[in-house]
Amino acid sequence: MYKYIITRLLLAVPTLLGAALLVFILLRAVPGDICEIKLGGTGLYVDPAEIKLCQDKVGLNDPMHVQFYDFVTSYLTFDLGESMWTGRPISYEIGLRFQLSLQVAIMATLVAILIAIPLGTISAIRQNTWIDYFVRTFAIAGIAIPSFFLGIMIILGLLIATQAWFGEPWMPPIEYVSPLEDPLANMSQLIWPAVATGYRYSAVATRMTRSALLEVLREDYVRTARAKGLMEKIIINRHALKNAMLPVVTIITLEFAFLMGGLVVTEQVFNLNGLGNLFVESVLNHDFTMTQQLVMLVVLIFVITNLVTDVLYAWLDPRIRYS
Amino acid sequence: MRHKGLKKAAMVGLGAAIGAGFALGAVAETPKRGGILNIVVGSKIPSYDGHRENTFGMIHPIRPFYSLLIRINPDNPSSPTDFVCDLCEGSVPNPTDDGKNYVFKIRKGVKFHNGASLSSQDIKATFDKIVFPPKGTPSARKAFFKMVDTITAPDDTTLIFKLKYASSGFIPAVATPFNFVYSKADLDKHGYEWHTKNINGSGAFTFVQHQPGAFVEGKRYAGYHHAGKPYLDGYKAIAAPKMAIRLQAIRGGRADIEFRGFPPKARDDLVKALGDKITVQESDWNCALFFTANHTRKPFDDARVRRAISLAVDRWSGSKYLSRIAIVKAVGGIVYPSHPLAATPAELESIAGFGRDIKANRAEARRLLKEAGQENLSFTLLNRGVDQPYKVVGTWLIGQWKKAGITVKQDVKPTGPFLDSLRKKKDFDVSIDFNCQSVINPVVDASKFLGSAGNNYGSYDDPVLEKMFDAMNREGDPKKVRSMMRAYEKRVLDEEAHMALTMWWYKINPHRSYVKGWKIAPSHYLNQSLDQVWLDK
Repeated sequence: MYKYIITRLLLAVPTLLGAALLVFILLRAVPGDICEIKLGGTGLYVDPAEIKLCQDKVGLNDPMHVQFYDFVTSYLTFDLGESMWTGRPISYEIGLRFQLSLQVAIMATLVAILIAIPLGTISAIRQNTWIDYFVRTFAIAGIAIPSFFLGIMIILGLLIATQAWFGEPWMPPIEYVSPLEDPLANMSQLIWPAVATGYRYSAVATRMTRSALLEVLREDYVRTARAKGLMEKIIINRHALKNAMLPVVTIITLEFAFLMGGLVVTEQVFNLNGLGNLFVESVLNHDFTMTQQLVMLVVLIFVITNLVTDVLYAWLDPRIRYS
Repeated sequence: MRHKGLKKAAMVGLGAAIGAGFALGAVAETPKRGGILNIVVGSKIPSYDGHRENTFGMIHPIRPFYSLLIRINPDNPSSPTDFVCDLCEGSVPNPTDDGKNYVFKIRKGVKFHNGASLSSQDIKATFDKIVFPPKGTPSARKAFFKMVDTITAPDDTTLIFKLKYASSGFIPAVATPFNFVYSKADLDKHGYEWHTKNINGSGAFTFVQHQPGAFVEGKRYAGYHHAGKPYLDGYKAIAAPKMAIRLQAIRGGRADIEFRGFPPKARDDLVKALGDKITVQESDWNCALFFTANHTRKPFDDARVRRAISLAVDRWSGSKYLSRIAIVKAVGGIVYPSHPLAATPAELESIAGFGRDIKANRAEARRLLKEAGQENLSFTLLNRGVDQPYKVVGTWLIGQWKKAGITVKQDVKPTGPFLDSLRKKKDFDVSIDFNCQSVINPVVDASKFLGSAGNNYGSYDDPVLEKMFDAMNREGDPKKVRSMMRAYEKRVLDEEAHMALTMWWYKINPHRSYVKGWKIAPSHYLNQSLDQVWLDK
């Protein structure tokens, strides 16, 4: 197993290099540069010499191979460089947002698991009953309603409901407080985006749990267990559900990786200063250095998550062995 | 019916709120001390250095840490000509030596937040950085000070600006809110980059913390040089790039005010939801939206075609209808509408495209196009991918041109590629163009229309216009400047029709009614020291 993990980690190197090259080329193919936006975005007179000065300073006038070399070697020196927009270290800028994004991703994943597995299981066990229909409708609604729309509805609902009940409208905090500093304020801010995102996320996982469990419940070994007179609860929990979890785990882990960098719209709706927002700002500002490092971070998260998923497979299904 | 009723209620509420604002303003209230002001800011901070930045994303959170030599009168910020001393003493000096010499007396006893005393040497070092930056040091508003010859500080309380020529643009340039006064010791010790990441000012508030992308926090500076101020214990400027969030934050009590401005619909929603808990302040805005033809592209090298596309636009009805949905309103010439140098309505109506008879204007547009052999004119309008007011006005323009038989497609691009097309590629037919300034400085702002200006995208060379501008810039007599401005305006908008103005922006600031002491200014960059603001909670 250890050998397998090491091999997979080594294989990640060409994946990361390929991603680095791709993002490097794509970013430079988009017209416009950060100095034009920074110095002339408000229509102010801009001396072309100042634009050139700015471009020199942020390294835009360096030859392409030099820019790429600097980008790639930043990993060898553990210095990710500075944001072209703020001039602050990229590791500092990302570090500030990572905690929030990680917390939202974990909370949304928990919300999704807490909803998806019980509902998917009940739906499979009670196939074609009103419970099954209800769960399927609930799941389809989750897929159909975009999380940003749900987020807006949650905020408006809170504003309207609190004004009606207490006379003064209330909305979740719009600035992040660490859970170590003030857990209540932290929860009152992050529970809403976690619910908005977790619901959509749970909808996919619910449907996957249901279909995987239905398939497993028709397997011979389940029939054998029933023939032996085992209790239905034990059959479902110990034999069927564990085996049905393989595709569900895939969905949950991949979705978790996506949430770490892809919560763009939900972060904007709830004004969360997370990685998704940083991503959008960097792209809009043509902040190449920041965008490159963010893309690489997301690629790395996906690589690690995929590895974790494969390891989980082996734990869930003893027949799977890696060498 | 219900919609109409709600709208009416909202407008009544708004009227009441504005009325209440005026009424409250009329009764002198005693400011209360204490409290934290929560501000939402729709943009983020690139750096803390006012001298190099030009975004309100920096001004709103950072300006309260700094003082200026002079500023617009915080009690009368709507006036485009009322300037008062901040770090200087008494009133803003009148020039001597035929308008070429300005002597400022500097306040004694002012201290930076690090405890160091502030003298005229610090202000000289500051303006040296702004006006004569060494190679490699960006200074966004260096061009505002072309008239400055020397800056000297003969003693610690005297600062002298000697100009090359008298210019009515000098005092407004000095009052620009980006001219933060830095400590000479900081500049000497740490260099010209230090202020991009560090703050040491003498403003009403001292820096507490900045969490990038999230908020900036300031607390009351007890040693502030305006006695008894500031009233607030502190403030927090929270970054909220989405307009809907800023709006709901005020509604939900997470923020008290937003200084940039909301569209009319957002104002009405807030007033409807909160009634008299919201006060609305409104003003014309020192930002204008133009459209500029690329003179290097046929048929826009022909002044008749450029005039025709300006004549086809009905600005007066546009103002009436667009002001209900977008942040534009005033119809004006090249000078901010209520400035003494602005065209009077009669003067304005004599310019092509500003006449009240739109049928006659469009008939003239068709005649000119026929004469130029462009009866079936069609082109693409380049626009910026920002809703307010760019896309709204762009879409409206296309409708206007259609009424004169001109077919126009719109090419909307995000800010980066949009600026790239304007400045580098110059691959557009006609583009939406803009000018957004802080202190109203008509002469300096009018440089935008020169083909040689760095922020002009028409790609034209008009030596006559350049000469007119140069003469106007060197004239100190306001009466003469006014008459020169009319001739300059006529050439830009009518005779050559190098560019065409659509409308001036309109600033709407709804805020919690307990926020007192802040008065709206004609720019979102102005009146942001927060030393006058207090909370009536």
